[in-house]
Amino acid sequence: MKNKKIINEEVVRSVASLARINLQAAEVKQLTKNLEDILHYVAKLEQLDVSRIQPTSHVLPLENVYREDIVKPSLSQQEALSIGPYHTKGHFNVPKVIA
Amino acid sequence: MRPSISIEFEPVIGLEVHLQLNTKTKIFCGCANTFGREPNSHTCPVCLGLPGTLPVLNKKALEYAIKIALALHCEVNPLIKFDRKNYYYPDLPKGYQISQYDLPIAQHGLLVISSGGQAKKIRIRRGHLEEDAGKLIHDDSLGCSLVDYNRTGTPLMEIVTEPDLHSSQEAYDYLHILKLTLQYLDVSDCDMEKGSLRCDANVSLREKGSTTLGTKTELKNMNSFKAVKTALDFEIRRHQEVLQNGERVVQETRLWNETKGTTFSMRSKEEAHDYRYFPEPDLVPFVVDKKMIDAARQTLPEMPDVKLQRLIRDYQIPDYDAGILIQDPALADFFEQCAKANKGIESKKICNWIQGALLQELNARKKSVTTISLTVQNFTDLILKVENGALSNLAGKDVLKYIIDSGKSVDAVIQEKGLAQVSDDQTLDGIVENVIKENEKVVQQVKEGKASAIGFLVGQAMKKTEGKANPKKIGDLFRRRLLNE
Repeated sequence: MKNKKIINEEVVRSVASLARINLQAAEVKQLTKNLEDILHYVAKLEQLDVSRIQPTSHVLPLENVYREDIVKPSLSQQEALSIGPYHTKGHFNVPKVIA
Repeated sequence: MRPSISIEFEPVIGLEVHLQLNTKTKIFCGCANTFGREPNSHTCPVCLGLPGTLPVLNKKALEYAIKIALALHCEVNPLIKFDRKNYYYPDLPKGYQISQYDLPIAQHGLLVISSGGQAKKIRIRRGHLEEDAGKLIHDDSLGCSLVDYNRTGTPLMEIVTEPDLHSSQEAYDYLHILKLTLQYLDVSDCDMEKGSLRCDANVSLREKGSTTLGTKTELKNMNSFKAVKTALDFEIRRHQEVLQNGERVVQETRLWNETKGTTFSMRSKEEAHDYRYFPEPDLVPFVVDKKMIDAARQTLPEMPDVKLQRLIRDYQIPDYDAGILIQDPALADFFEQCAKANKGIESKKICNWIQGALLQELNARKKSVTTISLTVQNFTDLILKVENGALSNLAGKDVLKYIIDSGKSVDAVIQEKGLAQVSDDQTLDGIVENVIKENEKVVQQVKEGKASAIGFLVGQAMKKTEGKANPKKIGDLFRRRLLNE
């Protein structure tokens, strides 16, 4: 168990790219090792017998938490835009996404 | 030389519809669910995806989703949950979309389309709730893209078919029936131009008779049902050419270009989509019990296919007429009220007036029968007046215009505009005499046996009276004078 590799550098690079994180080669190495350790730690759970436990998607013993369909005040345009560095005519500016 | 082999292909099409639900608020926050407002004027920390905020499901959105599930004969999952679909795009402030992955609200449904007069069942694979993304504008002059997050968090129901459609026409018919069904439920504007109903299409070709699926392409960016049809036609032809040349279809997403009438590859980035779905930890699961399903079922209106059969049966009107009436439930209601007004007007006559004059006036005004001031009383009065000869057909249509615009009674309008049909023999006889004098040639033809030429003379008489003469009486008078009938 301990010796079986769960993750490799290629997976780390691919996950980093999906998360838009730019990693240096040394960081990839370091992170692969760190993630490998974490995953091994979590993999201990696999040793438990869960055959008689109902699968769950949530840790809280709660269900059906709703809200009624009632309008609440929104932020003003000015307040909303204040969280971004650049805006044009009420819009947030973002780097060009289509050529 | 290679022998040319002609293979017959069959298109296999599946459709994905995204429907914006017309709840008052967004799906996970209390911001108003609006369209066409000032950019970024309807956002809050939740829909802007700020750290530390918690989404809470809008109960109405879930109720609407259950209604849709029932109307599409789906199984409603007794336990549903939400999942995160992760991808980076600036229209998605959180970096993920809250959607449903393995426990969607609806599964295994069907919608019946009429394909060339034959009823055909189209299976619905699933329907799930999710949040809409923001709107991006690409501005070349600025060298950047602009984002408006008002749309972010609008409740969406995604409705996915099995690949059961086999022509662009069937796809079109499916969309038409689906839209009608959804309009009856009153859960969405269903307006493709406003983007409240959007459709993506998956299409592949296979040899006729084969059961294995070919490589598919996904088509996006069609903004009308007609565009879906033409884009599919284009893509089917393109696949056919590729396959007949012995080449392979590349699995990819292609965008429809309306002006050029072609599809083009989106040139997806080298990495394949990897959404890394996982359960949304910020939302607890939902148990959809019998009580909720029954409550939703109670609110279901009569569905269009059922209404169609009932109208035909109860009012003895032709299939075609009933088919037109059900396109607009308000119009069908109006028809029923008129028919029930019990003024002794044939139902078919009411249909004719609705389909002809009334729809023409509604279309010209871009209005619905519920947004004009036309009462059942006024409309049936009008039809009756034309039926018993007090108004000519032509004048009747004029009166309809006036009563729609003014809301005045039929009698008031007739009096005001002097449109009452002239039926008294003396007046009409004088007109007939004048027309005979002025049209010697035609009169001669009638006398020589060309009876159809009377129609021309009647037309002349109508013109003289500005449409007010009773055409039947005029015709009789001509026949009496010229043919001694």
